[in-house]
Amino acid sequence: MLPEPLPLPDSPFRRIDPRLRIVTAVLFSFAVALASEWAALGAGFGCAWLAIILCGLSPWRVLKRIAPAFGFILFLWAVLPLTVPGPALLRLGPLPLSAPGIALAGGITLKAAAILPAITLLIGTLPVATIGHALQRLRVPEKLVYLLLFCYRYIFVIEEEYRRLERAARLRSFRPGTNLHTYRTYAYLIAMLFLRAALRADQVHRAMLCRGFHGRFHTLEEIRFRATDRYWALALAIPPGIVTALQWLLLHP
Amino acid sequence: MHISEGVLAAPVLFSGLAVAAAGTAIGLKKLSLEQTGRAGILAASFFVASLIHIPFGPGSVHLILNGVVGVLLGWGAFPAILTALTLQAVLFHYGGLTVLGVNTVIMALPAVVCHYLFRALVRHRPQWLTGAGFAAGLVAVLLAALMAALALVFSDESFLEAAWMLGVAHFPVMVIEGVVTATCVSFLNRVHPALLHLEKES
Repeated sequence: MLPEPLPLPDSPFRRIDPRLRIVTAVLFSFAVALASEWAALGAGFGCAWLAIILCGLSPWRVLKRIAPAFGFILFLWAVLPLTVPGPALLRLGPLPLSAPGIALAGGITLKAAAILPAITLLIGTLPVATIGHALQRLRVPEKLVYLLLFCYRYIFVIEEEYRRLERAARLRSFRPGTNLHTYRTYAYLIAMLFLRAALRADQVHRAMLCRGFHGRFHTLEEIRFRATDRYWALALAIPPGIVTALQWLLLHP
Repeated sequence: MHISEGVLAAPVLFSGLAVAAAGTAIGLKKLSLEQTGRAGILAASFFVASLIHIPFGPGSVHLILNGVVGVLLGWGAFPAILTALTLQAVLFHYGGLTVLGVNTVIMALPAVVCHYLFRALVRHRPQWLTGAGFAAGLVAVLLAALMAALALVFSDESFLEAAWMLGVAHFPVMVIEGVVTATCVSFLNRVHPALLHLEKES
């Protein structure tokens, strides 16, 4: 059910300080999300996919990975051209499709198609433990990092528990449908999931206390900002820089 | 209920981030080390449970369960939901980094409201436990849909119709969540009442 991080072919890019990758992902996301000019969005889109090809990731796999996120955007495509007022660009039978509606939906699609592959490349290829470690080094509150790592660790356990409960229900001839019985069955299943999660948490916590846990995970892996990372920082600043510069120049000619 | 990347305008994104940061700070402050571990595992359950597809008519809906999380965690719902959404953004690309704040607020703020709503109802009339659970589940989704709609409309007024549709599409989910939350809560009350933290103040 859970996807593994995408394997990134070995290259100098892979050895960049993970903190740098996370910060770049955030900067790039904001630069593109806040842009409105087509040229800026196009540049962001180009940079993201070019970087994916340069790093040796298969664009097809990245596309498959990000495809589910476009559900909401499909919904916007279905609604916006019909509902946003403005001159019609096309006619679909009796229905006018408004130009501003299509432009709005198109802009959103382009933004998502630039930001999501960038996140996949920069963060989606990192192991979650490394992300947690890097966030800790970026001064994210320790409790939050602990929460994140703990949550990730137990998703797999809880998921297995869910599968077991669901299998047990199916073996007792449970067939889901649109009725109260189904909803109550799922509710009991979910309540059981939450209950076992809470009991397990108390147990795990006691076990961790016995091993001297103070709220901080120590790792053997070391994150260092190497000399080459300085050049990488400059290189990685280019895409968000281009997008912001284009947006600025086109808005204030 | 994830608003996708690239939809919202800057003021909405930044107010979302600010509110999410404040809520998370309060939540973290209220969680002891022991409770943080519990919140982490509950966040994992929230993550898994929200992937369950429940049949509805010819299609299926997936549960949001922010009502249950609110009842169980109170302000801790903020860091727990933020965590689950961060993992969803990184692993599945539902939502994204810039909308993380807004999406957290959309789900966690109603969760906190329902926490207090549920407690007030149950403290007033302990026999209303199931009803209070139903109300918590329903109101949590109702408020979440409302806030998602407002986030869209404040970003661009041309989203008005889309926001309406999003809200109306969530009506069946509200009722299903109400039933699920009510059943969950009455089950937990019978099996392990300490989880609902009702005894502390009454």
